[in-house]
Amino acid sequence: MIFLEKRPQPSKTLSYITPVLAVLITMVAGGLLFAILGKDPVAAIRIIFWDPLFGEFAFYYRPQLLVKGGPLILIALGLSLGFKAGIWNIGAEGQYIMGAIAGAGVALALYPLEAWWIFPLMILAGALGGWAWAMIPALLKVKFGTNEILVSLMLVYVAENFLSAMAIGAMKNPEGFGFPGSRNLQQYPSAHNTEIIAGSGMHWGVAAAFIAAILAYVLLNRHLLGFQIRLTGEAPRAARFSGVKPARLVLFCMGTAGALAGLAGMFEVAGPAGQITTGFNVGYGFTAIIVAFLGRLHPIGIVLAGLLMALTYIGGEAAQSALQLPAAAIQVFQGMLLFFLLAVDVLTNFRIRITLGETA
Amino acid sequence: MTGTLLKIVGLTKAYPGVVANDDVSFNIQEGEVHALLGENGAGKSTLVKMIYGLVKPDSGDMAFKGTAYEPSEPQEARARGVAMVFQHFSLFDALNVAENVALGMAEPPKTRELAERIRTVSEQYGLPLDPWRLVGDLSAGERQRVEIIRCLLQDPKLLIMDEPTSVLTPQEVEILFATLRKLKSEGTSILYISHKLEEIRALCDEATILRLGKKVGTCTPREVTAAQMAEMMVGSELHRPEREPTTPGDVRLALKDLSVASPSQFGTSLKNITLEVRAGEVLGLAGVAGNGQDELLAALSGEITSAPGMVVLDGTEIGARGPAPRRRMGLLTGPEERLGHAAAPNMSLTENALLTGAEREGLMSNGFLKWGKAKSFAEAIIERFDVRTPGTETVARALSGGNLQKFVIGREVMQRPEVLVVNQPTWGVDAAAAATIRQAILDLAAGGTAVIVISQDLDELMEVSDNFAALNEGRLSEIKPAKGLSMEEIGLMMGGAHGMEVAHA
Repeated sequence: MIFLEKRPQPSKTLSYITPVLAVLITMVAGGLLFAILGKDPVAAIRIIFWDPLFGEFAFYYRPQLLVKGGPLILIALGLSLGFKAGIWNIGAEGQYIMGAIAGAGVALALYPLEAWWIFPLMILAGALGGWAWAMIPALLKVKFGTNEILVSLMLVYVAENFLSAMAIGAMKNPEGFGFPGSRNLQQYPSAHNTEIIAGSGMHWGVAAAFIAAILAYVLLNRHLLGFQIRLTGEAPRAARFSGVKPARLVLFCMGTAGALAGLAGMFEVAGPAGQITTGFNVGYGFTAIIVAFLGRLHPIGIVLAGLLMALTYIGGEAAQSALQLPAAAIQVFQGMLLFFLLAVDVLTNFRIRITLGETA
Repeated sequence: MTGTLLKIVGLTKAYPGVVANDDVSFNIQEGEVHALLGENGAGKSTLVKMIYGLVKPDSGDMAFKGTAYEPSEPQEARARGVAMVFQHFSLFDALNVAENVALGMAEPPKTRELAERIRTVSEQYGLPLDPWRLVGDLSAGERQRVEIIRCLLQDPKLLIMDEPTSVLTPQEVEILFATLRKLKSEGTSILYISHKLEEIRALCDEATILRLGKKVGTCTPREVTAAQMAEMMVGSELHRPEREPTTPGDVRLALKDLSVASPSQFGTSLKNITLEVRAGEVLGLAGVAGNGQDELLAALSGEITSAPGMVVLDGTEIGARGPAPRRRMGLLTGPEERLGHAAAPNMSLTENALLTGAEREGLMSNGFLKWGKAKSFAEAIIERFDVRTPGTETVARALSGGNLQKFVIGREVMQRPEVLVVNQPTWGVDAAAAATIRQAILDLAAGGTAVIVISQDLDELMEVSDNFAALNEGRLSEIKPAKGLSMEEIGLMMGGAHGMEVAHA
């Protein structure tokens, strides 16, 4: 018989080991999946996890790691604050889109003016755009007790439609021969989110992600507000007793998550993506939820998890082209990661006891 | 007494790190009221859970009416004729009495039929209860009657009662005892768990005393004094809290016509509560559980806000302020529920020290936390209140109930409150620790703090209070000096016997 026995204290060691364990189990289960699909599992896993880092074309893939990891980390950091307090913002994808539209909107409105302050203004607009979009579910929750999960998620679809409307309407490039999509900001020097070190993939958004990670760490570990966030997640009644104002916390957590998602969107549209198009968003806002949990809602964990997820994206694409793996298989693979993480999570709070023979 | 009903030989049960029962043996005779006596943590609950089939013993044997008895689940225990009334009721507020009783039956009869049987049994045993009333509207004493009647409908041979009087007024205790004596006269055995010695002396034929999981003695309660039993239970003489007589000073806290609605559907709203506490005074508030104690504490801590003038601290109207500003002004509170309310279960003691102490103890500056100071504060609490824990980084839920209680009460006491309000300060705490906590409360009062102690333990209230009042359905009785109050008077202040009128309706 196998029993789960609650540990008197959650195990610290295991909370560090379980993410690694989850990755390993995902590799095995993913390998099985690929084998069933008729592909060589060892080759597939190697292409996904090894080649982008150390393979022949690593010089091309490594910068991509930062380009893809940056927005994931930035969004996940914001989400993790709310998740810690039991506030479930599922709509980062929409906040990401609105941040991008607001940031790009500033640039497109000022085009072709060249000035040093345009990029900082875009950063501000991006953060505000995401913040404002997140304030809708936050205020509805605080004022009317609506469910933030539903409202924030539904607003993703509203944002997507708004994005399409912008791409073929107000923001359409007047010199674009009628094609949908805005001007390319990469060709507008004052608005371009350039690489800080050429060829490294390190653009301003990646820098912002690392700065945000440090700030989040300080907030959670050194500041009363971070303590209140953790306390609210652990024991809401004790938090009330302690003097936490729940409404204020909802506004702060949702707002911060929205602002960071908006920033990520703005850095993306001004940098790697370059323009507002109908297909601008590629699911960073949703994948960031996995990243947040994979990183244990811990800032440093999230940085590592973000890079790992970016790796599965990049490696996954490489596997698609090299082995003709279907894109859905890669998505299943990424889903498995979260699934197994949550499954092995049990081990931090429980220990497995195996007894032979009699039913103790 | 015709023979042995239940024979227990060498029952042992160990949990990781603690032996809950160590080789416990005793017998219960037919038609006997047998007391199981011991402090919190002595292993009483584990023992009865084994008898009721909720926990399986590691070793040892039981025999029921001479045949082997090894219940693997409560259903089996019930089939053999063992019934149990738990300390915490398992009733649904939104269903009526008959529906609740039906839920516990394997094949319930029609509700109308069942209601008739409930009425018959309730009259037969003098337990007034209307089968059609919603459980959510019943008092704690009436809820207990639902549980008892639920058991009686099974026609049990052995009835186990876990701390049944902790939720009753003195008058209700009398009704319960009359019922239990009637059951006994019909040949039903009762296993009665309590740490209230006078009750045991009044009711029980035999007593088995447990300490730290071991059986340390037996006695015939009628033939020994309460003090002798207490010594067997604790293993040493008890220190009684002492206090210097003080003259009360100025009014520190005043409630003026405080009325607030309870945040929960079946909670008790507070109605027109008016009281004053002076510097150096201890005001004791009695009341059966669920008569507005939690709501009163929340209204004082700031978790529930009211009109500004309803709560006045040192002349300032603070009714509309939240917990943080009230704490800043020196109004500190200790809620009843330790885990999840007074303390966060999965957070360390250092973090829990911070939970209320951050501001008053200077554990932060400009919002940035000083972990070193927080840790020292936690260490100071642990040291002064003798909290048994491996260290300050242990999570709160890893502590035993009594130790955590010492910690959370200590946390407030150490912050030198101007006014301290505590709800059930010694609930679930062993006798020695309870004495420490009461002494700390009295010392605070001697130093000029105004104290309100809300408690269901009347002995405790009589020990610490200068003045005494009771909460009954959200209303406060007249406030009287504690000295010279009789049990009769206290019982009437608590509302007498709840729901008696129903029986004669």
